[in-house]
Amino acid sequence: MLDPILQGILLGGYYALLAAGLSLMFGVVRFINLAHGDMAVLGALIALAMVGGGVPVWAAILLTVPVMAAAGWAMQALIFERALRGGFLIPILTTIGLGAALQNGMFGIFGSDTQSLGAHIGSLSWSGFTLPGGIVLGKLPVYTFLVAVAVLGGLHLMLTRSAMGRALRATAADPEAAAMCGIDARRVRLQAAALAVALAGLAGIFLAMRSQVTPYSGPMQLIFAFEAVVIGGLGNLWGTLIGGMILGVAQTLGGTISAQFSVLAGHLVFLIVLGWRLFGAYPAAKGDWRALMRAVLFPARKEKT
Amino acid sequence: MSLLDLETVTLRHGLLTAVHGLSLSVNEGEVLSIIGANGAGKTTLLRAIAGVHPVAEGRIRFQGADITGWPGHARQRGGIAMSPEGRRLFPDMTVRENLQIAAEGARRKGDWTLPRVVEALPQIAPLLDRAAGGLSGGQRQAVAIGRALMANPALILLDEVSLGLSPVAVEGVYQSLAALKGRVTMVIVEQDLTRAMAFSSRLVCMAEGRVELDGRPSELSRDQITQAYFGLHKEGTQDA
Repeated sequence: MLDPILQGILLGGYYALLAAGLSLMFGVVRFINLAHGDMAVLGALIALAMVGGGVPVWAAILLTVPVMAAAGWAMQALIFERALRGGFLIPILTTIGLGAALQNGMFGIFGSDTQSLGAHIGSLSWSGFTLPGGIVLGKLPVYTFLVAVAVLGGLHLMLTRSAMGRALRATAADPEAAAMCGIDARRVRLQAAALAVALAGLAGIFLAMRSQVTPYSGPMQLIFAFEAVVIGGLGNLWGTLIGGMILGVAQTLGGTISAQFSVLAGHLVFLIVLGWRLFGAYPAAKGDWRALMRAVLFPARKEKT
Repeated sequence: MSLLDLETVTLRHGLLTAVHGLSLSVNEGEVLSIIGANGAGKTTLLRAIAGVHPVAEGRIRFQGADITGWPGHARQRGGIAMSPEGRRLFPDMTVRENLQIAAEGARRKGDWTLPRVVEALPQIAPLLDRAAGGLSGGQRQAVAIGRALMANPALILLDEVSLGLSPVAVEGVYQSLAALKGRVTMVIVEQDLTRAMAFSSRLVCMAEGRVELDGRPSELSRDQITQAYFGLHKEGTQDA
Protein backbone atom coordinates (compact mmCIF):
# COMPACT_ATOMS: atom_id res chain seq x y z
CA MET A 1 0.00 0.00 0.00
CA LEU A 2 2.77 2.44 0.93
CA ASP A 3 4.63 1.71 -2.29
CA PRO A 4 1.90 2.85 -4.72
CA ILE A 5 1.16 5.89 -2.54
CA LEU A 6 4.79 7.01 -2.66
CA GLN A 7 4.98 6.32 -6.39
CA GLY A 8 1.75 8.28 -6.84
CA ILE A 9 3.06 11.26 -4.90
CA LEU A 10 6.17 11.32 -7.10
CA LEU A 11 4.01 11.03 -10.22
CA GLY A 12 2.08 14.01 -8.87
CA GLY A 13 5.28 16.05 -9.20
CA TYR A 14 5.16 15.59 -12.96
CA TYR A 15 1.47 16.51 -13.09
CA ALA A 16 2.08 19.59 -10.98
CA LEU A 17 4.91 20.68 -13.28
CA LEU A 18 2.63 20.20 -16.28
CA ALA A 19 -0.27 21.94 -14.55
CA ALA A 20 1.67 24.95 -13.22
CA GLY A 21 1.81 26.61 -16.64
CA LEU A 22 -1.87 25.93 -17.29
CA SER A 23 -2.75 27.45 -13.93
CA LEU A 24 -0.51 30.49 -14.49
CA MET A 25 -1.98 31.08 -17.94
CA PHE A 26 -5.50 30.93 -16.58
CA GLY A 27 -4.66 33.08 -13.58
CA VAL A 28 -3.05 35.92 -15.50
CA VAL A 29 -4.20 35.77 -19.11
CA ARG A 30 -7.65 34.49 -18.14
CA PHE A 31 -8.23 31.61 -20.48
CA ILE A 32 -7.68 27.88 -20.35
CA ASN A 33 -5.07 26.96 -22.90
CA LEU A 34 -6.35 23.72 -24.38
CA ALA A 35 -3.15 23.43 -26.43
CA HIS A 36 -1.05 23.21 -23.25
CA GLY A 37 -0.53 19.44 -23.58
CA ASP A 38 0.52 19.84 -27.20
CA MET A 39 3.02 22.49 -26.16
CA ALA A 40 4.48 20.07 -23.64
CA VAL A 41 4.87 17.53 -26.45
CA LEU A 42 6.41 20.19 -28.69
CA GLY A 43 9.02 20.82 -26.00
CA ALA A 44 9.77 17.10 -25.83
CA LEU A 45 10.06 16.75 -29.61
CA ILE A 46 12.32 19.82 -29.91
CA ALA A 47 14.64 18.36 -27.27
CA LEU A 48 14.54 14.98 -29.04
CA ALA A 49 15.32 16.61 -32.40
CA MET A 50 18.32 18.38 -30.86
CA VAL A 51 19.56 15.14 -29.33
CA GLY A 52 19.05 13.44 -32.71
CA GLY A 53 21.12 16.23 -34.27
CA GLY A 54 24.04 15.48 -31.94
CA VAL A 55 23.46 18.00 -29.17
CA PRO A 56 24.33 16.49 -25.75
CA VAL A 57 21.09 15.56 -23.96
CA TRP A 58 21.43 17.94 -20.98
CA ALA A 59 22.37 20.83 -23.27
CA ALA A 60 19.34 20.03 -25.42
CA ILE A 61 17.11 20.10 -22.35
CA LEU A 62 18.55 23.42 -21.16
CA LEU A 63 18.21 24.93 -24.64
CA THR A 64 14.62 23.77 -25.10
CA VAL A 65 13.28 25.77 -22.15
CA PRO A 66 14.22 29.23 -23.54
CA VAL A 67 13.12 28.14 -27.02
CA MET A 68 9.70 27.25 -25.57
CA ALA A 69 9.58 30.55 -23.67
CA ALA A 70 10.15 32.38 -26.95
CA ALA A 71 7.42 30.25 -28.56
CA GLY A 72 5.04 31.18 -25.74
CA TRP A 73 5.84 34.86 -26.13
CA ALA A 74 5.29 34.68 -29.90
CA MET A 75 2.08 32.68 -29.51
CA GLN A 76 0.65 35.25 -27.12
CA ALA A 77 1.77 38.23 -29.23
CA LEU A 78 0.64 36.89 -32.59
CA ILE A 79 -2.44 34.83 -31.74
CA PHE A 80 -3.89 35.22 -28.27
CA GLU A 81 -3.63 39.01 -27.96
CA ARG A 82 -6.01 39.22 -30.93
CA ALA A 83 -8.19 36.35 -29.71
CA LEU A 84 -8.59 38.00 -26.29
CA ARG A 85 -10.40 40.93 -27.90
CA GLY A 86 -13.12 38.52 -28.94
CA GLY A 87 -14.38 37.93 -25.41
CA PHE A 88 -14.55 34.78 -23.35
CA LEU A 89 -15.13 32.02 -25.89
CA ILE A 90 -12.85 33.00 -28.80
CA PRO A 91 -9.53 32.44 -26.95
CA ILE A 92 -10.60 28.95 -25.88
CA LEU A 93 -11.70 28.04 -29.41
CA THR A 94 -8.40 29.47 -30.66
CA THR A 95 -6.47 27.16 -28.35
CA ILE A 96 -8.39 24.15 -29.73
CA GLY A 97 -7.39 25.20 -33.25
CA LEU A 98 -3.82 25.84 -32.18
CA GLY A 99 -3.70 22.38 -30.57
CA ALA A 100 -4.85 20.74 -33.80
CA ALA A 101 -2.36 22.78 -35.84
CA LEU A 102 0.45 21.89 -33.45
CA GLN A 103 -0.35 18.17 -33.54
CA ASN A 104 -0.43 18.07 -37.32
CA GLY A 105 2.55 20.41 -37.61
CA MET A 106 4.60 18.19 -35.30
CA PHE A 107 3.48 15.14 -37.29
CA GLY A 108 4.67 16.83 -40.47
CA ILE A 109 8.03 17.91 -39.04
CA PHE A 110 8.96 15.18 -36.58
CA GLY A 111 7.04 12.20 -38.01
CA SER A 112 4.62 9.93 -36.20
CA ASP A 113 7.12 7.58 -34.53
CA THR A 114 6.98 7.19 -30.77
CA GLN A 115 10.13 8.66 -29.32
CA SER A 116 11.70 8.78 -25.90
CA LEU A 117 14.56 10.53 -24.18
CA GLY A 118 14.84 7.49 -21.89
CA ALA A 119 17.53 5.92 -24.04
CA HIS A 120 19.66 9.08 -23.85
CA ILE A 121 19.80 9.67 -20.11
CA GLY A 122 21.76 6.60 -19.10
CA SER A 123 21.00 4.89 -15.82
CA LEU A 124 18.67 7.69 -14.72
CA SER A 125 15.80 6.10 -16.63
CA TRP A 126 15.93 2.81 -14.70
CA SER A 127 18.00 3.15 -11.50
CA GLY A 128 16.39 3.91 -8.17
CA PHE A 129 16.80 4.52 -4.46
CA THR A 130 15.99 1.57 -2.21
CA LEU A 131 14.16 2.56 0.96
CA PRO A 132 14.50 0.56 4.25
CA GLY A 133 11.23 -1.33 3.66
CA GLY A 134 12.45 -2.60 0.33
CA ILE A 135 10.48 0.01 -1.61
CA VAL A 136 12.34 1.23 -4.67
CA LEU A 137 11.79 4.82 -5.79
CA GLY A 138 12.98 5.52 -9.32
CA LYS A 139 15.61 8.25 -9.46
CA LEU A 140 13.86 9.95 -12.36
CA PRO A 141 10.49 10.27 -10.56
CA VAL A 142 12.29 11.53 -7.44
CA TYR A 143 14.20 14.15 -9.44
CA THR A 144 11.06 15.09 -11.35
CA PHE A 145 9.26 15.65 -8.06
CA LEU A 146 12.16 17.71 -6.68
CA VAL A 147 12.28 19.81 -9.85
CA ALA A 148 8.51 20.34 -9.60
CA VAL A 149 8.78 21.48 -5.97
CA ALA A 150 11.70 23.76 -6.87
CA VAL A 151 9.83 25.22 -9.85
CA LEU A 152 6.65 25.80 -7.85
CA GLY A 153 8.67 27.26 -4.97
CA GLY A 154 10.50 29.52 -7.41
CA LEU A 155 7.23 30.60 -8.98
CA HIS A 156 5.78 31.26 -5.55
CA LEU A 157 8.78 33.41 -4.60
CA MET A 158 8.64 35.23 -7.91
CA LEU A 159 4.92 35.95 -7.54
CA THR A 160 5.12 37.11 -3.93
CA ARG A 161 8.52 38.83 -3.73
CA SER A 162 9.40 40.32 -7.12
CA ALA A 163 8.11 43.33 -9.00
CA MET A 164 7.31 41.08 -11.96
CA GLY A 165 5.27 38.80 -9.69
CA ARG A 166 3.35 41.73 -8.23
CA ALA A 167 2.64 42.96 -11.75
CA LEU A 168 1.39 39.49 -12.72
CA ARG A 169 -0.89 39.28 -9.70
CA ALA A 170 -2.18 42.81 -10.15
CA THR A 171 -2.96 42.19 -13.83
CA ALA A 172 -4.70 38.94 -12.93
CA ALA A 173 -6.83 40.70 -10.31
CA ASP A 174 -7.77 43.86 -12.22
CA PRO A 175 -6.00 44.74 -15.50
CA GLU A 176 -7.44 48.26 -15.60
CA ALA A 177 -6.39 49.11 -12.04
CA ALA A 178 -3.00 47.62 -12.93
CA ALA A 179 -2.77 50.02 -15.88
CA MET A 180 -3.51 52.88 -13.47
CA CYS A 181 -0.45 51.66 -11.56
CA GLY A 182 1.74 51.94 -14.66
CA ILE A 183 1.63 48.24 -15.49
CA ASP A 184 1.52 47.35 -19.16
CA ALA A 185 -1.00 44.50 -19.09
CA ARG A 186 -0.04 43.32 -22.58
CA ARG A 187 3.59 42.94 -21.59
CA VAL A 188 2.60 41.10 -18.43
CA ARG A 189 0.45 38.69 -20.44
CA LEU A 190 3.39 38.06 -22.79
CA GLN A 191 5.64 37.30 -19.80
CA ALA A 192 3.05 34.95 -18.31
CA ALA A 193 2.61 33.11 -21.62
CA ALA A 194 6.39 32.76 -22.06
CA LEU A 195 6.70 31.36 -18.56
CA ALA A 196 3.71 29.03 -18.94
CA VAL A 197 4.90 27.56 -22.24
CA ALA A 198 8.47 27.20 -20.93
CA LEU A 199 7.03 25.20 -18.02
CA ALA A 200 4.95 23.11 -20.44
CA GLY A 201 8.12 22.38 -22.42
CA LEU A 202 9.98 21.38 -19.26
CA ALA A 203 7.13 19.07 -18.26
CA GLY A 204 7.15 17.59 -21.76
CA ILE A 205 10.87 16.83 -21.44
CA PHE A 206 10.23 14.95 -18.19
CA LEU A 207 7.38 13.09 -19.92
CA ALA A 208 9.72 12.07 -22.75
CA MET A 209 12.30 10.91 -20.20
CA ARG A 210 9.89 8.70 -18.27
CA SER A 211 7.83 7.42 -21.20
CA GLN A 212 7.29 7.81 -24.93
CA VAL A 213 5.74 10.65 -26.87
CA THR A 214 4.14 11.05 -30.28
CA PRO A 215 2.83 14.26 -31.85
CA TYR A 216 -0.61 13.21 -30.65
CA SER A 217 0.26 12.64 -26.95
CA GLY A 218 -0.77 16.18 -25.97
CA PRO A 219 -4.54 15.95 -25.33
CA MET A 220 -4.13 13.17 -22.73
CA GLN A 221 -1.48 15.22 -20.93
CA LEU A 222 -3.79 18.23 -21.03
CA ILE A 223 -6.51 16.21 -19.30
CA PHE A 224 -4.11 15.19 -16.53
CA ALA A 225 -2.91 18.77 -16.10
CA PHE A 226 -6.46 20.05 -16.08
CA GLU A 227 -7.50 17.50 -13.46
CA ALA A 228 -4.54 18.39 -11.25
CA VAL A 229 -5.32 22.10 -11.56
CA VAL A 230 -9.02 21.73 -10.83
CA ILE A 231 -8.48 19.39 -7.87
CA GLY A 232 -5.95 21.85 -6.44
CA GLY A 233 -7.98 24.97 -7.27
CA LEU A 234 -7.24 27.18 -10.29
CA GLY A 235 -4.55 29.79 -9.79
CA ASN A 236 -3.31 28.20 -6.55
CA LEU A 237 0.25 26.94 -7.08
CA TRP A 238 0.65 24.77 -4.00
CA GLY A 239 -2.88 23.52 -4.55
CA THR A 240 -1.69 22.43 -7.99
CA LEU A 241 1.05 20.32 -6.39
CA ILE A 242 -1.46 18.76 -4.01
CA GLY A 243 -3.91 18.25 -6.88
CA GLY A 244 -1.15 16.55 -8.88
CA MET A 245 -0.28 14.31 -5.95
CA ILE A 246 -3.94 13.33 -5.38
CA LEU A 247 -4.27 12.51 -9.07
CA GLY A 248 -0.99 10.57 -9.08
CA VAL A 249 -1.88 8.56 -5.97
CA ALA A 250 -5.35 7.78 -7.38
CA GLN A 251 -3.73 6.48 -10.56
CA THR A 252 -1.10 4.33 -8.86
CA LEU A 253 -3.61 2.94 -6.36
CA GLY A 254 -6.02 2.26 -9.25
CA GLY A 255 -3.14 0.54 -11.01
CA THR A 256 -2.79 -1.93 -8.15
CA ILE A 257 -6.36 -3.12 -8.85
CA SER A 258 -5.79 -3.49 -12.56
CA ALA A 259 -3.49 -1.80 -15.04
CA GLN A 260 -6.47 -0.55 -17.08
CA PHE A 261 -8.09 0.98 -14.01
CA SER A 262 -5.13 3.31 -13.35
CA VAL A 263 -6.10 6.27 -15.55
CA LEU A 264 -9.79 5.75 -14.90
CA ALA A 265 -9.22 5.93 -11.14
CA GLY A 266 -7.65 9.38 -11.62
CA HIS A 267 -10.65 10.56 -13.65
CA LEU A 268 -13.04 9.20 -11.01
CA VAL A 269 -11.29 11.06 -8.20
CA PHE A 270 -11.42 14.21 -10.32
CA LEU A 271 -15.16 13.73 -10.89
CA ILE A 272 -15.77 13.04 -7.20
CA VAL A 273 -13.95 16.25 -6.21
CA LEU A 274 -15.83 18.20 -8.86
CA GLY A 275 -19.18 16.73 -7.80
CA TRP A 276 -18.44 17.33 -4.12
CA ARG A 277 -17.78 21.01 -4.75
CA LEU A 278 -20.69 21.35 -7.14
CA PHE A 279 -23.25 19.93 -4.73
CA GLY A 280 -21.63 21.70 -1.81
CA ALA A 281 -21.94 25.06 -3.54
CA TYR A 282 -25.34 24.42 -5.09
CA PRO A 283 -27.58 25.81 -2.30
CA ALA A 284 -25.52 29.00 -1.88
CA ALA A 285 -25.33 29.67 -5.64
CA LYS A 286 -29.14 29.94 -5.89
CA GLY A 287 -29.20 28.97 -9.56
CA ASP A 288 -26.36 31.32 -10.58
CA TRP A 289 -24.16 29.13 -12.79
CA ARG A 290 -21.27 31.60 -12.60
CA ALA A 291 -21.23 31.32 -8.82
CA LEU A 292 -21.26 27.53 -9.20
CA MET A 293 -18.33 27.64 -11.62
CA ARG A 294 -16.39 29.89 -9.25
CA ALA A 295 -17.07 27.56 -6.31
CA VAL A 296 -15.93 24.55 -8.34
CA LEU A 297 -12.82 26.11 -9.89
CA PHE A 298 -11.67 28.37 -7.03
CA PRO A 299 -12.50 26.47 -3.81
CA ALA A 300 -10.04 28.58 -1.79
CA ARG A 301 -12.01 31.78 -2.42
CA LYS A 302 -14.85 30.60 -0.21
CA GLU A 303 -12.80 31.59 2.81
CA LYS A 304 -12.93 35.25 1.92
CA THR A 305 -15.72 37.68 2.64
CA MET B 1 1.05 77.44 -16.46
CA SER B 2 -1.32 74.94 -18.02
CA LEU B 3 -0.59 71.35 -17.05
CA LEU B 4 -3.49 69.57 -18.70
CA ASP B 5 -5.50 70.69 -21.71
CA LEU B 6 -8.63 69.01 -22.96
CA GLU B 7 -9.51 70.21 -26.46
CA THR B 8 -13.12 69.56 -27.58
CA VAL B 9 -13.08 66.10 -26.09
CA THR B 10 -16.01 63.81 -26.87
CA LEU B 11 -16.40 60.54 -24.95
CA ARG B 12 -18.87 57.77 -25.63
CA HIS B 13 -20.25 54.68 -24.00
CA GLY B 14 -21.29 52.70 -27.05
CA LEU B 15 -23.93 54.80 -28.79
CA LEU B 16 -24.41 57.09 -25.82
CA THR B 17 -22.35 60.28 -25.74
CA ALA B 18 -21.22 60.90 -22.17
CA VAL B 19 -19.10 64.02 -22.78
CA HIS B 20 -19.79 66.48 -25.63
CA GLY B 21 -16.82 68.38 -27.10
CA LEU B 22 -15.57 69.49 -23.71
CA SER B 23 -12.62 71.88 -23.41
CA LEU B 24 -10.88 72.48 -20.12
CA SER B 25 -7.43 73.51 -18.92
CA VAL B 26 -5.98 72.62 -15.55
CA ASN B 27 -3.16 74.79 -14.25
CA GLU B 28 -0.22 73.56 -12.28
CA GLY B 29 -0.82 73.56 -8.52
CA GLU B 30 -4.57 73.89 -8.87
CA VAL B 31 -7.10 71.94 -6.84
CA LEU B 32 -9.96 71.57 -9.26
CA SER B 33 -13.19 69.97 -8.13
CA ILE B 34 -15.66 68.67 -10.67
CA ILE B 35 -19.19 68.49 -9.40
CA GLY B 36 -22.38 67.42 -11.10
CA ALA B 37 -25.33 65.10 -10.85
CA ASN B 38 -25.11 61.39 -11.60
CA GLY B 39 -24.59 60.79 -15.31
CA ALA B 40 -23.02 64.22 -15.90
CA GLY B 41 -19.90 62.55 -17.34
CA LYS B 42 -17.49 63.33 -14.48
CA THR B 43 -16.15 59.83 -13.96
CA THR B 44 -15.92 59.15 -17.69
CA LEU B 45 -13.93 62.36 -18.09
CA LEU B 46 -11.50 61.39 -15.34
CA ARG B 47 -11.13 57.91 -16.79
CA ALA B 48 -10.35 59.40 -20.21
CA ILE B 49 -7.66 61.63 -18.68
CA ALA B 50 -6.20 58.54 -16.97
CA GLY B 51 -6.20 56.71 -20.32
CA VAL B 52 -8.62 53.93 -19.41
CA HIS B 53 -11.55 55.27 -21.46
CA PRO B 54 -11.08 55.90 -25.19
CA VAL B 55 -11.33 59.43 -26.56
CA ALA B 56 -13.83 59.45 -29.43
CA GLU B 57 -12.98 62.96 -30.63
CA GLY B 58 -10.71 65.79 -29.56
CA ARG B 59 -7.26 65.85 -28.01
CA ILE B 60 -5.75 65.64 -24.54
CA ARG B 61 -2.45 67.42 -23.88
CA PHE B 62 -0.39 66.97 -20.78
CA GLN B 63 2.69 69.09 -20.08
CA GLY B 64 2.49 70.15 -23.73
CA ALA B 65 2.57 66.62 -25.15
CA ASP B 66 -0.37 65.12 -27.04
CA ILE B 67 -1.23 62.06 -24.94
CA THR B 68 -4.57 61.25 -26.62
CA GLY B 69 -3.33 57.91 -27.93
CA TRP B 70 -1.33 56.91 -24.85
CA PRO B 71 -2.62 53.83 -23.01
CA GLY B 72 -3.33 53.98 -19.28
CA HIS B 73 0.02 52.64 -18.08
CA ALA B 74 1.91 55.16 -20.22
CA ARG B 75 -0.14 58.04 -18.74
CA GLN B 76 0.68 56.87 -15.23
CA ARG B 77 4.37 56.69 -16.12
CA GLY B 78 4.03 60.12 -17.69
CA GLY B 79 2.81 61.59 -14.39
CA ILE B 80 -0.98 61.15 -14.23
CA ALA B 81 -2.08 59.01 -11.29
CA MET B 82 -5.63 58.10 -10.43
CA SER B 83 -7.53 56.99 -7.38
CA PRO B 84 -10.53 55.47 -9.14
CA GLU B 85 -14.15 55.12 -8.11
CA GLY B 86 -14.46 52.06 -5.89
CA ARG B 87 -10.70 52.50 -5.10
CA ARG B 88 -9.85 49.33 -7.06
CA LEU B 89 -7.15 48.13 -4.68
CA PHE B 90 -5.74 44.65 -5.28
CA PRO B 91 -7.60 42.79 -2.54
CA ASP B 92 -5.28 39.78 -2.21
CA MET B 93 -2.19 41.96 -1.85
CA THR B 94 -1.05 43.69 1.28
CA VAL B 95 -1.34 47.45 1.60
CA ARG B 96 2.45 47.66 1.29
CA GLU B 97 2.33 45.73 -2.01
CA ASN B 98 -0.52 47.90 -3.27
CA LEU B 99 1.66 50.96 -2.65
CA GLN B 100 4.87 49.40 -3.93
CA ILE B 101 3.33 48.33 -7.20
CA ALA B 102 2.45 51.88 -8.24
CA ALA B 103 6.03 53.03 -7.66
CA GLU B 104 7.40 50.04 -9.57
CA GLY B 105 5.00 50.66 -12.43
CA ALA B 106 5.67 54.39 -12.67
CA ARG B 107 9.47 54.27 -12.42
CA ARG B 108 9.38 58.01 -11.72
CA LYS B 109 11.84 59.69 -9.45
CA GLY B 110 10.53 62.08 -6.82
CA ASP B 111 9.89 62.86 -3.19
CA TRP B 112 7.10 60.35 -2.67
CA THR B 113 8.60 57.23 -1.19
CA LEU B 114 6.84 54.73 1.08
CA PRO B 115 7.96 56.47 4.32
CA ARG B 116 6.88 59.88 2.95
CA VAL B 117 3.50 58.57 1.87
CA VAL B 118 2.95 56.96 5.27
CA GLU B 119 3.96 60.23 6.89
CA ALA B 120 1.40 62.14 4.79
CA LEU B 121 -1.29 59.50 5.35
CA PRO B 122 -0.59 58.30 8.90
CA GLN B 123 -3.72 56.16 9.02
CA ILE B 124 -1.97 53.77 6.60
CA ALA B 125 0.94 53.02 8.96
CA PRO B 126 -0.72 50.26 11.04
CA LEU B 127 -2.26 48.69 7.92
CA LEU B 128 0.85 48.10 5.83
CA ASP B 129 0.98 44.32 6.25
CA ARG B 130 -2.76 43.73 6.10
CA ALA B 131 -4.54 42.45 2.99
CA ALA B 132 -6.19 45.36 1.20
CA GLY B 133 -9.40 43.33 0.79
CA GLY B 134 -10.14 43.55 4.49
CA LEU B 135 -9.96 47.34 4.93
CA SER B 136 -12.80 49.73 5.72
CA GLY B 137 -14.00 52.25 3.14
CA GLY B 138 -12.01 55.14 4.61
CA GLN B 139 -8.88 53.04 4.91
CA ARG B 140 -9.24 51.88 1.31
CA GLN B 141 -9.59 55.47 0.13
CA ALA B 142 -6.45 56.49 2.04
CA VAL B 143 -4.51 53.59 0.50
CA ALA B 144 -5.81 54.48 -2.98
CA ILE B 145 -4.60 58.06 -2.50
CA GLY B 146 -1.29 56.72 -1.22
CA ARG B 147 -1.02 54.42 -4.20
CA ALA B 148 -1.54 57.36 -6.54
CA LEU B 149 1.12 59.38 -4.70
CA MET B 150 3.65 56.53 -4.91
CA ALA B 151 3.81 57.16 -8.66
CA ASN B 152 5.24 60.64 -7.97
CA PRO B 153 2.62 62.17 -10.24
CA ALA B 154 2.40 65.72 -11.52
CA LEU B 155 -1.38 65.35 -11.62
CA ILE B 156 -3.54 63.26 -9.36
CA LEU B 157 -7.11 62.36 -10.28
CA LEU B 158 -9.43 61.50 -7.40
CA ASP B 159 -12.78 60.03 -8.32
CA GLU B 160 -15.75 60.13 -5.94
CA VAL B 161 -13.60 61.01 -2.95
CA SER B 162 -16.29 60.85 -0.27
CA LEU B 163 -18.72 58.38 -1.88
CA GLY B 164 -19.65 55.59 0.51
CA LEU B 165 -17.57 56.93 3.40
CA SER B 166 -18.71 57.83 6.90
CA PRO B 167 -18.49 61.55 7.82
CA VAL B 168 -15.52 60.78 10.08
CA ALA B 169 -13.73 58.96 7.26
CA VAL B 170 -14.45 61.82 4.83
CA GLU B 171 -12.95 64.26 7.33
CA GLY B 172 -9.84 62.09 7.59
CA VAL B 173 -9.46 61.81 3.82
CA TYR B 174 -9.79 65.58 3.34
CA GLN B 175 -7.27 66.25 6.08
CA SER B 176 -4.86 64.02 4.16
CA LEU B 177 -5.64 65.79 0.91
CA ALA B 178 -5.12 69.19 2.58
CA ALA B 179 -1.56 68.13 3.35
CA LEU B 180 -0.99 67.56 -0.38
CA LYS B 181 -2.19 70.99 -1.47
CA GLY B 182 0.52 72.88 -3.30
CA ARG B 183 2.63 69.75 -3.72
CA VAL B 184 0.64 68.14 -6.49
CA THR B 185 -2.08 69.27 -8.88
CA MET B 186 -5.41 67.65 -8.07
CA VAL B 187 -8.58 67.06 -10.04
CA ILE B 188 -11.30 65.80 -7.74
CA VAL B 189 -14.73 64.46 -8.55
CA GLU B 190 -16.94 65.16 -5.59
CA GLN B 191 -20.68 64.82 -4.95
CA ASP B 192 -20.55 66.82 -1.75
CA LEU B 193 -20.95 70.43 -2.90
CA THR B 194 -20.10 72.07 0.43
CA ARG B 195 -16.94 70.03 0.71
CA ALA B 196 -15.91 70.80 -2.88
CA MET B 197 -16.47 74.56 -2.38
CA ALA B 198 -14.49 74.64 0.84
CA PHE B 199 -11.58 72.58 -0.39
CA SER B 200 -10.86 73.50 -3.98
CA SER B 201 -9.27 76.49 -5.64
CA ARG B 202 -11.47 76.07 -8.69
CA LEU B 203 -14.87 74.55 -9.25
CA VAL B 204 -16.21 73.08 -12.48
CA CYS B 205 -19.81 72.02 -12.68
CA MET B 206 -20.78 69.49 -15.31
CA ALA B 207 -24.25 68.61 -16.56
CA GLU B 208 -25.07 66.20 -19.36
CA GLY B 209 -21.50 65.96 -20.55
CA ARG B 210 -20.82 69.72 -20.73
CA VAL B 211 -19.15 72.30 -18.53
CA GLU B 212 -21.97 74.46 -17.19
CA LEU B 213 -19.95 76.56 -14.79
CA ASP B 214 -16.27 77.18 -14.17
CA GLY B 215 -14.82 79.53 -11.59
CA ARG B 216 -13.32 80.14 -8.15
CA PRO B 217 -15.61 78.95 -5.35
CA SER B 218 -15.41 82.40 -3.70
CA GLU B 219 -16.67 84.08 -6.86
CA LEU B 220 -19.61 81.75 -7.45
CA SER B 221 -22.97 82.08 -5.77
CA ARG B 222 -24.83 79.12 -4.39
CA ASP B 223 -27.69 79.85 -6.82
CA GLN B 224 -25.40 79.80 -9.84
CA ILE B 225 -23.99 76.47 -8.73
CA THR B 226 -27.38 74.93 -8.03
CA GLN B 227 -28.65 75.99 -11.45
CA ALA B 228 -25.58 74.59 -13.18
CA TYR B 229 -25.69 71.41 -11.10
CA PHE B 230 -29.19 70.58 -12.25
CA GLY B 231 -28.53 71.72 -15.82
CA LEU B 232 -30.93 74.69 -15.55
CA HIS B 233 -30.28 77.39 -18.10
CA LYS B 234 -29.93 81.01 -17.07
CA GLU B 235 -33.32 81.90 -18.52
CA GLY B 236 -34.79 79.50 -16.03
CA THR B 237 -36.11 76.96 -18.50
CA GLN B 238 -35.45 73.46 -17.36
CA ASP B 239 -33.71 71.21 -19.83
CA ALA B 240 -34.94 67.71 -19.06
